[in-house]
Amino acid sequence: MNERTTRLLLLASVFVIATCGLIYELIAGTLASYLLGDSVLQFSTVIGVYLFAMGVGSWLSGFVSRGEARLFVQVQFLIGLVGGGSAAALFVLFTQVNAFRPVLYGLIFLIGTLVGLEIPLLLRILKDRLEFKDLVARVFTFDYIGALLASLLFPLVLVPHLGLVRSSFLFGMLNVVVGILTARVLRLTGPWATATVSGGAVLFAVLLAGFVAADRFTSWSERNTYPDPIIHAFSSPYQRIVLTRGGGDLRLHLNGNLQFSSRDEYRYHESLVHPGLSRMTGAKRVLVLGGGDGLAVREVLKYPGVEQVQLVDLDPAMTRLFTGLPILTNLNFGALSSPKVRVENADAFTWLAAAGPEAKYDFVIVDFPDPSNFSLGKLYSTAFYRRLRTVLAPGGAVVIQCTSPLVARRAFWCIDGTLRETGFLTRPYHVYVPSFGEWGFILASTDPLPTELSLPDGLKFLSASTVRGLFEFPPDMDRVVVEVNRLNNQALVRYFEEDWAKVR
Amino acid sequence: MEGTIVGPSMAVGHRLREGRPPSPSRWDRADVVIVGGGIAGLAAARELAREFRGNVVLVELESDLGGNSSWGQATASAYPWGAHYVPLPGREAPEVVALFEELGVITGQDSSGRPIYREQYLCHDPHERLFLHGRWQEGLIPQLGVSADDRAEADRFLARMQTLRESTGTDGRPLFAIPVDRSSADPAWRGLDLETFSTWLDREGFRARPLRWYLDYCCRDDFGLGTSGVSAWAGLHYFAARGGEAANASSSTVVTWPHGNGWLVERLRERIRATVRRGCLVHAVREEGGRVRVEGMDAKTGEAVGWDAGRVILAVPQFIAARMLGEAGGGRGTGAVYPPWLVANLSVDRLPTGRGMEAAWDNVLYEGRGLGYVIANHQEVQSVVRESVLTYYLPLDHAAPTEARREASTWTWEQARDVVLADLRRAHPDIADVTRRMDIRIWGHGMICPVPGFLWSGRRTDWARPVGRIDFAHSDLSGMSLFEEAYIRGVEAGRRVLT
Repeated sequence: MNERTTRLLLLASVFVIATCGLIYELIAGTLASYLLGDSVLQFSTVIGVYLFAMGVGSWLSGFVSRGEARLFVQVQFLIGLVGGGSAAALFVLFTQVNAFRPVLYGLIFLIGTLVGLEIPLLLRILKDRLEFKDLVARVFTFDYIGALLASLLFPLVLVPHLGLVRSSFLFGMLNVVVGILTARVLRLTGPWATATVSGGAVLFAVLLAGFVAADRFTSWSERNTYPDPIIHAFSSPYQRIVLTRGGGDLRLHLNGNLQFSSRDEYRYHESLVHPGLSRMTGAKRVLVLGGGDGLAVREVLKYPGVEQVQLVDLDPAMTRLFTGLPILTNLNFGALSSPKVRVENADAFTWLAAAGPEAKYDFVIVDFPDPSNFSLGKLYSTAFYRRLRTVLAPGGAVVIQCTSPLVARRAFWCIDGTLRETGFLTRPYHVYVPSFGEWGFILASTDPLPTELSLPDGLKFLSASTVRGLFEFPPDMDRVVVEVNRLNNQALVRYFEEDWAKVR
Repeated sequence: MEGTIVGPSMAVGHRLREGRPPSPSRWDRADVVIVGGGIAGLAAARELAREFRGNVVLVELESDLGGNSSWGQATASAYPWGAHYVPLPGREAPEVVALFEELGVITGQDSSGRPIYREQYLCHDPHERLFLHGRWQEGLIPQLGVSADDRAEADRFLARMQTLRESTGTDGRPLFAIPVDRSSADPAWRGLDLETFSTWLDREGFRARPLRWYLDYCCRDDFGLGTSGVSAWAGLHYFAARGGEAANASSSTVVTWPHGNGWLVERLRERIRATVRRGCLVHAVREEGGRVRVEGMDAKTGEAVGWDAGRVILAVPQFIAARMLGEAGGGRGTGAVYPPWLVANLSVDRLPTGRGMEAAWDNVLYEGRGLGYVIANHQEVQSVVRESVLTYYLPLDHAAPTEARREASTWTWEQARDVVLADLRRAHPDIADVTRRMDIRIWGHGMICPVPGFLWSGRRTDWARPVGRIDFAHSDLSGMSLFEEAYIRGVEAGRRVLT
């Protein structure tokens, strides 16, 4: 290899590392604004910390007196590892740690410092091969062209087509390639050099594996399904669980359907629990079917008189998530870890059938996903409500989430009719939840319920007077006469599908 | 994938054709011997269990009771080997209504007297789906890509059947009823038994291919032969005889269980008081000095067994009864046709995938070779069912029954398995991947088929008449293999013993 080629290759590496450097900065900035919201603040602080760290890196390069080439290769590998894995690591850590910002800025500082080391080292490697004025001119030309390329590639190609996690792995691989090539071009020899090259190859393979596996985390099509970035996605044997975060808003989606938005879920869960439970003075035992997010349980635990809460949710992945992840336990106040709460993962229908005669509950909360398919439709059938009656203590009550009475009016009143068919007295009500729209619930009991409410303190939405208003139905969502939902006709699923199809 | 071809004991049964085994050395005394442990035999035994105090012996060739309603058990679910549902019984079948009340299938009546069925046993929705043009659609009557004219023709056919369902003959009885013998004797209608169903359809202008496929499918499903194999009276009976009422279901609903009608077999079995002898081949039945001698042999050991019975009920198909009776059998069974069937039970890790409508109880492929499959654990209430058993039905009507029977009897398990997979693969490319086990049963003589001229020839009535102390109960005496026919014939035979 002649001197000219060597020079050219080294300058080309300036171009590549400059692109990589800016990409990591953009990824960190984007991720921070995804996860923490307020993009101006996040981008400013990320850029500030990053540039400052680059300065620290440049300053540190002054302490290097020899072995610049070797150090340069090592730095490339480190950037490849840390920068390449940064997006994946931040996504994972965001859901796992309480203090996310120190982790974020720590990582940015580390990458910035390493990137800051690159150019000074490269200048010194090239210093004997070029005149000083040419050296500075060419290195910085390539540096800035690389930056331009990165800033165009990032929003136009990388984010829409590869996503953050795969983009960062891709650029990590480029850093490793630059490291390996530099070692070859500068003819670094000795046992160290051989070890470096093979180490680089292993690192490349790891990053490649990350790149491939990133598709398992979220697919391209899935990323386009949600308006907000996905911060956690997991397929349990029962469902696809996806958490998204846009600004300050944390959302849970099950099989693509929104379950809650952290901005207004209190409206939903206060309305689910309190209009019923607050009139059940002396309620000691509460059963929650579905509701593995623990948010309904959080509301139930506001009644000191409640001694035992039995939660039955099909999916262990859900209850594990809402027992263990800090960002989620912050939301449900660790309700699922309360000593009063017993969590069981079972199918609600079979659980009810197996429940012994001693299993009697004063208040039952039924918080299943909407009846969007035949499997779920069974959980709203006469057969199900007959079984439900058998676990109700004398004078007890049930509350059921019943989809939107405005959008799926027939579906809502079908559930009401099904409950009446099985001997329940019903008190339907509705509430406005911004992320859902107008939403419906039905309070059901075998005996008339007390009218006196004693609401717990500190509610954000409900008061005794707002509760009364919830039971009024304006004409556009008032009762319609529809069929009863039975296992053998699944009328509800059909109403639900037809009604929702009109607005989709 | 593993599996086997299981029973029925064809080889043992065929010993009847060979020379007679030695006579038994000892004759056990019994008041009544019932030969055949299918629905008719069980119904007779159960009827006797009500009041009869004598000793009753029920002899069955197979190791399990149930006949065409027998069932099996896989890890995921019980499953049927044959009959798998009963339509809501109508006014003409009070015996079946009474049975359903006794078994808790009917739990009460509403204010207008309509029976309330236990929801768990009513076939859960979705009931049926059809695979055509690469997608699953709801319902079995082809809709996807079917022209408006062809759809109108299907509607016209259904409207016509509805009229027939509500019509009575000159004798005031319904034109078509279950049981068959309670249908109107109006000669204008019974005359239709002499021609094939396809002749009648052609004449009436029902020619659209999608409709004709559907009608052919229905006939193959219930009778084992298509519209050109069964009589027009029988074809119309299929559509116009059903329609019992329910307070909580439409009249087209059926009752079903994971075991299929095996569930009914088990309930009947619990209610009989008889010595049950399984795995025993009865080869001779004859009257002798005011008693009946029943000769048999143990299917495994070959040991001769005999009963000296006061009365005998032969709850077996007529071609078998004829052999047991020897010369006394006369021409019993002549002209009765029993097409062969293949039934396969596929244990699957998950339901096979497919485009369109989600899985239903009954899943049929348009213009498929077989009749599709039923999901055995469809009646489970768990919201998420993964492991399952698919019961696949194939009437072997590609050749004349005798020839098809001979051919199928030589099949290895691998050959039979490939027949099933080839048919299902069209709708489910992943069927072989999800199937862990496939057990196959070849029914050499599946169900009786009402071929033209059979039902009202008078032969059935002759065969059903008791001969001395020997009585007969089997659904083939009705010309249709239906639970209601078998059950009512069994009950009637039991009652005749009591009087």
